[in-house]
Amino acid sequence: MWAYTLKRLLQGLVTVWFIATATFFAMHNVPGDPLSSERATSAEIRANLAAKYGLDKPLSEQYFIYMGNLARGDFGISFAQQNRQVNDIIREHFPVSATLGVLAVLFAACGGILWGALTALYRDRLPDTIIMFLVILGISVPSFVFAALGQLALVKINDWFGVSLLPVAGWGTVGHMLLPSLVLGLGTMAYLTRLMRSSMLEIIHSDYIRTAKAKGLPAARIFTHHQLRNAVLPLITVLGPAIAAITTGGFVVELVFAIPGLGRYFVEAVQQLDYTVIMGTTVFYGAFLVFMVIVVDLVYGWIDPRVRLQ
Amino acid sequence: MPKSVVTEDKFNRSAGKQLARYALVAVLALVALMYCLNWVAGLSSSGSAAGLTAIDVERNEISTFLRQEPPQLNSMLASDAVSGTILEHVMEGLLRYGPNNEILPGMAERWEIDGALARFWIRPDARWSNGDPVTAHDFEFAWKTALDPATGSQYSFIFYPIKNAEAANTGQLPLEAVGVRALDDSLLEVELERPLAYLEKLLAFVTFQPVQQKFYEQRPQRYGADAEDLLYNGPFVISSWVHGASMRLEKNPNYWDAERIKLNAINFPYITSDSATLLNLYRDGRIATVDLTAEMLEGAMQRRWQLERFMDGTVFFIDFNHRDNRLTRNKNLRIALNLAQDSNELVNSVIKLPGYLPAKSLFPIWMQGVEKTFREEYPAPEYPYNVELARQHLALAKQELGLSEWPPIVLLSGNTPVANISAQYYQEVFKKNLGLEIIIDAQIFRQRLQKMQDGDFDMVLSGWGPDYNDPMTFADLYSSWNLNNRGKYSNPELDALVRKAQDSIDPKERMDAFGAIQEILHDDAVLIGNYERGLVHATDPRLKGAQKRIFGAENDYTGAYIEDSE
Amino acid sequence: MNHTPNYSPKPEDFTPAHYDDDIHGIARPSRSYWQDAWRRLRANRRALVSLILIVGLLLFALIGPLLWQVDPSRQDIDQVSQAPGADRAASIVAPYEYWSGKSAPGFEGEGLRLAQEANSQAVRLLWDEVSSATSLRLYRNIFPIDEQLAFGLPIAEFASAGAGYYEDRLDLTPDTYYYSLVELDASGQSTGTFQSLAVEVKRVITIDEVRERQLVLDTTELNIGDEVLLALHPLGTDYLGRDILSRLMHGARVSLFIGFVAPMLYVLLGVAYGATAGFLGGKIDQVMMRFADFVVALPFLLFMILFQVVFGIGPGESGIIPLLVALIVLAWPATARLVRGQVLQIREEAYISASRLLGANSRYLVLRHMIPNTMGVILVTLTFAVPSAIFTEAFLSFIGMGVAPPTPSWGSMSNEGLATMLTHPHELIFPSVFISITVLAFNLLGDGLRDALDARMRDV
Repeated sequence: MWAYTLKRLLQGLVTVWFIATATFFAMHNVPGDPLSSERATSAEIRANLAAKYGLDKPLSEQYFIYMGNLARGDFGISFAQQNRQVNDIIREHFPVSATLGVLAVLFAACGGILWGALTALYRDRLPDTIIMFLVILGISVPSFVFAALGQLALVKINDWFGVSLLPVAGWGTVGHMLLPSLVLGLGTMAYLTRLMRSSMLEIIHSDYIRTAKAKGLPAARIFTHHQLRNAVLPLITVLGPAIAAITTGGFVVELVFAIPGLGRYFVEAVQQLDYTVIMGTTVFYGAFLVFMVIVVDLVYGWIDPRVRLQ
Repeated sequence: MPKSVVTEDKFNRSAGKQLARYALVAVLALVALMYCLNWVAGLSSSGSAAGLTAIDVERNEISTFLRQEPPQLNSMLASDAVSGTILEHVMEGLLRYGPNNEILPGMAERWEIDGALARFWIRPDARWSNGDPVTAHDFEFAWKTALDPATGSQYSFIFYPIKNAEAANTGQLPLEAVGVRALDDSLLEVELERPLAYLEKLLAFVTFQPVQQKFYEQRPQRYGADAEDLLYNGPFVISSWVHGASMRLEKNPNYWDAERIKLNAINFPYITSDSATLLNLYRDGRIATVDLTAEMLEGAMQRRWQLERFMDGTVFFIDFNHRDNRLTRNKNLRIALNLAQDSNELVNSVIKLPGYLPAKSLFPIWMQGVEKTFREEYPAPEYPYNVELARQHLALAKQELGLSEWPPIVLLSGNTPVANISAQYYQEVFKKNLGLEIIIDAQIFRQRLQKMQDGDFDMVLSGWGPDYNDPMTFADLYSSWNLNNRGKYSNPELDALVRKAQDSIDPKERMDAFGAIQEILHDDAVLIGNYERGLVHATDPRLKGAQKRIFGAENDYTGAYIEDSE
Repeated sequence: MNHTPNYSPKPEDFTPAHYDDDIHGIARPSRSYWQDAWRRLRANRRALVSLILIVGLLLFALIGPLLWQVDPSRQDIDQVSQAPGADRAASIVAPYEYWSGKSAPGFEGEGLRLAQEANSQAVRLLWDEVSSATSLRLYRNIFPIDEQLAFGLPIAEFASAGAGYYEDRLDLTPDTYYYSLVELDASGQSTGTFQSLAVEVKRVITIDEVRERQLVLDTTELNIGDEVLLALHPLGTDYLGRDILSRLMHGARVSLFIGFVAPMLYVLLGVAYGATAGFLGGKIDQVMMRFADFVVALPFLLFMILFQVVFGIGPGESGIIPLLVALIVLAWPATARLVRGQVLQIREEAYISASRLLGANSRYLVLRHMIPNTMGVILVTLTFAVPSAIFTEAFLSFIGMGVAPPTPSWGSMSNEGLATMLTHPHELIFPSVFISITVLAFNLLGDGLRDALDARMRDV
C-alpha cells in the first residue's frame, strides 16, 4: 500500500514536470509580445523590461531557470501586475476556486445519489419522469446559459420578495457561494443521477436483494445497507474526472458571478499574454488534478476491497 | 399480482423516508460545511461584500464596482483607466481637475510659470497618510524614477517637455540632468525644453503624482502591491484590498482639504466588466451606478430609470498602413474606402447607443479651441457617403496599382464585442459597396499590438484616448517620430505643423496648426473616423455629485454626497 | 450409447459419417453482429428518434443552405435584432437629404413640434426659444412620461435655450416615441419643466435601397408612398441584421463539423495508438501508455485555451482548424486507453489462441478479430465524444476564444445572444436549442448503441 502510494506520487511528479515543460514551450511559441503596451514604448525601455523578466536570454536557458525556480516553488512575477508574485496570486485566488469546486462536487454527488435513488425507486412514474426530464436539460444545456439564467432568476426572486435573499454576484459570504456552486455542479449532478439510476436498477433486480427481502430484513436496512451502498460505489470512479471538469468549468461561473477565482484570472492572463501567470496557473492546476486523481484512486481502493491496488 | 405491488409500494415508502432523512442530513452537513469554508476563507482574506448596499445613508458610504482589478497602483507605472481612477482618489499631484474640468491647486499652494521655468510651492499642510509632510523632494524622486529607463514606465514620454527628460529616458544623459529640482522641502523648480502652453493641464496627470523615497525603498518590487504598500496623500486611503474581489476606500483624515470630501467611504465590492452581471447588481440595489449597453435601454426606460450620457473622450478610427508595398499606401484606395462607408449608419443602426457620435475627425467634438470648441472653429472636412464616387476612386486606384484583380485586404481588430461588431460591419459594407474582399484579423490584445507594431495589416481598427486636455494629445499621433503612429504615416508638412504647435504658446497660432493638421489627416492620410465613444449610465437617485471625467478618474466620487429624500 | 463393460470397439464400428448438405441449416436466418445490433437499436424508441434527429440536423446543415440561399453574413441594416414574424411592411420615400432646420409646409406650430412627417429615416424636431432655461436637453422614451419624470434616453444637449432643431436618426423602429425637451438651469441641472411630444414613426425605405436589396424585381413601377415588404427572415435577425436561419444552417456546418470530425480523428488516432500498444504489449506498451498518461494529465480546458492562442487565428481564417488540432492533440488518450484495455482482454481470449494455432498472422488478428470486436466500444465512445466536442466549442466561444468572426457557430451565436437575452431572446434561444438538441440526441443515441452493441454494458 505505501509502496504503491509512493510510486504513484513519483509518477505524479514526473507528470507535473511534463505539464510544466509542455506549458513552457507552448507559451513561448505564442505570437505576440507580453511586454507590448497600448502606449508604445521605446526599444530601450522594452529591452530593460525584457532583462527584468529574463526574456533576453536564449530559450533553453530560460527553460532551465524556470524549472529551477519551479523546483523551489517560485512561479515568478506577473507581467500584467509588475509588483505581484504569481505565488501570491495563486495563494489568494485558488482557495476561492477550490471552495467553489468542493461545494459543486458535493452538491453534484449528494444530488446525484439522491435523485438517482429516487428515480430508481419510482421508476416510470411521475417523479422519475420529472427528474429525468430535468436531468436531460442539465446534460444538454451549456453551463454559461444556466449561469446567466440563474443570475437573472435570482434578481427576479429578490425583486419579488422585496429583500435581497441571496446576493446576485460577488464573493465573501455563505450566500455568495450557493447559486454559483449549484450552477457549477449541475452538469455533473445530472450525469451522476443517470449513473446512479442505472446502477440502482441493476441492484434492485439482483438476486441478493430478492434474498434479503425473502429473509424478511427490514426495508430500510435492505435499502441502505444493500442497495444504496452498492449502487454508490461505481460513482466514485467518475468522481476524479468530475473534479477535473468542475475545477476548470469554474471559469464560466467565475466570469458570470464576478467571483475572484483562479479560473477567471487565467482567462484574463491569456488575453494579456501574462507568461508567468499562465504558466503558474497551468502547472498548479495540472499538479492539483494529478494528485486529486491519485487520491481518488487510493480512496476507491480503500472503500472497495475488491479493487486491488498494485 | 396486486399483492406484490403493495409490498413494493411499502418498501418504496420506507426507502423514500430513509432517503429523505439522508437528504436532510446532507443538506445540514453542506450548510455547516459552507459556513466552515467561509470561516476558513475569512482567515486568509479580510473584508467581504456582505451586507453592503448601493447607498448606506447611515454610514455615509456608497458601493460601486471596478471594471477590473487595478493592475498597477504605482503611480509611476500606472497606465490604465482603472488604476488611474483609484490613484485619483487616493493621491494628489501638484494640480488637480475641478468639478468643471478646470485646473485647481492640489499639493501646490501656488505656482509661477515664467517661460521655460516653472516654480511650485508645496502647501505646508500637505501630509502623507503616515503624517510625514509632502515635500518637493517627493515629486523630484517620483518623476526621475519614472524617467529612469530601468523602471520601464510606459508613460515616461509624458515628461518629455521637461528639459533633458527624453535624453535621460533613453539613457543618453544621467537622471541628474533632468530639469526637475527640489530647491528646498517646499519649492519645486521645473525647467522645460521650451515654453509649454499646456503645462498646467499636463501636471494633473497620474504619472506626475509624488512618491516618498523612504517608503518606496522600504518595499523593493512591492510598492503599490497592497493596501499597506502605498503611502497616500489624496482625499481617500485604501483601507482594504482583496485582490480581484473588492476594495474599500476610506476618507483620509490627513488630507489637507478633508472638508471638501463628504463621503466617509467608497466600497468597490465587485470587480467585473460583465455588463449583464453589473446590471443585475444594480437592479438588486448593490451598486450605485451602472453603464448600460444598447440592449439594456428598453428595460431601463421601462423601469423609469433616470439616464445620463457621457462621452469618455476616446476616438475610434480606421488606421491605414502607409508602409511600402502595402496597397493602402495608395491614396485613391483610401479615399474610395472612406467614401464607401457612412459612420452615421454604424452609430445609429449598429451601435445604437445615444452616447456615441459618428467620428468626423481625429480631434473629438469636446476639445477646446481658442474661444469656442475646436471643431466649431475648425469644422472637420468630410467625405460624404457616395458609392458612385467611391467606385471611381477605386477604379483609379486599380489603374495606379496596375492590378487586374483586387487582392483581399486585411482588417486587423481586437476580439472585444464592439471591435467584432465594427469589423464585421465594415467587412460587409466594403464588400457590398466596393466588391472588395476584406478579411478580418481578430486578435487578442497583445497579439494585436504586436501586429500593429510590425505593420502586419492593411487597415486596423484603432482608438485613441487623450492624456491631457490639449489638442496636442491627438495632434502628434501622426508625426513621423511617434511610436504610436502604427501605420507609419509620414508627412513632413504635418511634422512641421506639430513642431510649430509644440514651440508656440500663442493659442491662435497653435489652433491654426491643429486645424491644418486636421485638414492633412483628411486630405492625405484619409483617416476613416468610426465613432467617438460614449456611454449611457443609470445612477441611484440618492447619489449626487458623482462625476465622470475624460481626464483623471473616469468615475470621480471625491465630490459625491448622499441626498436622502426621506 | 453402449454401457456394456469390457467392450472393445471393432473397426467396423467406425464408419464415415454421412455428409449432409443440410447440416448448416438453421431454422432462423443467421444474423451478423451488426444486424443484431441494428435490430436491438430499432426496438429502442428513444435511440431511434435520436438517430432521426441527427439525420435531420445533418440535412439541415448540408441541404439547408441550398434551399434557403441567404448569405449568412449579409447585413439587413433595416431589420436589426428583428424577432421572428415581425411586421415587414415599409413605405417608399424620397432619398435622405441633409436638413437645415426648416419646417415643411403644414407643420408650423409652437413649442416642441415635428418639422415634417416622422419616419424611420429621421425624426426632425423644431422648437421655439425657452426663456426660462439656460440650456436644454432632448430626451427620447418609448413609454409616456409619467409623474416619475423619467424621460428616457438623453439624446442631445443644447448649450443655448434659443429656438432650435434636432434630427434624430438613432435606431428608429416603427413605434411611438415620446420626445421631451427638458429645461436646464445654469448648473446643468433639470428644472423639472419640460415640453413633450409623442411621435409615431413609420418604417420607410428609399427606391435605391429597394433596388439594392432586391426586394422588388422591377423598381421602375415604384412610386413614393407605395408599400413594399422587407426581406423575409423566418427566424428573425441578429444584432447586425443577419438572417438567423441562414446563420444557424451555416453555424450547424461549423459546429457539427467540429462535433463530428474532431472526435472521429482523435478516436481514430486513439484506436491506432491503443491497438498498437495493446497488441505489442510489454515495454513498448508501458512507454506508450506512460506518454498517454502525461497527455491525460494536461488540464484540458486550460490547454485548449493555450493552444488556441499558440496556433493563432490568421487573417480571414475561421479558427476551426486550430480548434480541431487542439481537440485532437488533447483528447486522443482516453480512447487509446480504452482500446488498449479491450485489446489486452481480447488477446487472452481462447479464439485468438485458436486463430494463432491455425497460423493467423498479426495483421489478420488485428484486422479480423481485434478491431471488429472493439468496434462496439469505439462507436459508443465516438457517439459520446460528439456532444463534448460541441460543448467545448461553445465554451471557447463564450470566453471569446472560439471561431473567428464572421464565421457563425452555434456557440458563438449563443454567446452573442446572451448579451441581448432580455430584449431579443430569440437570438439566444435558437442557437442554444440547437446545441441542446444535438447534445441530447447524441447522448441518447450513445445509450441506445451501448445497449444494442454490448449486452454487458447494458443500461437498464
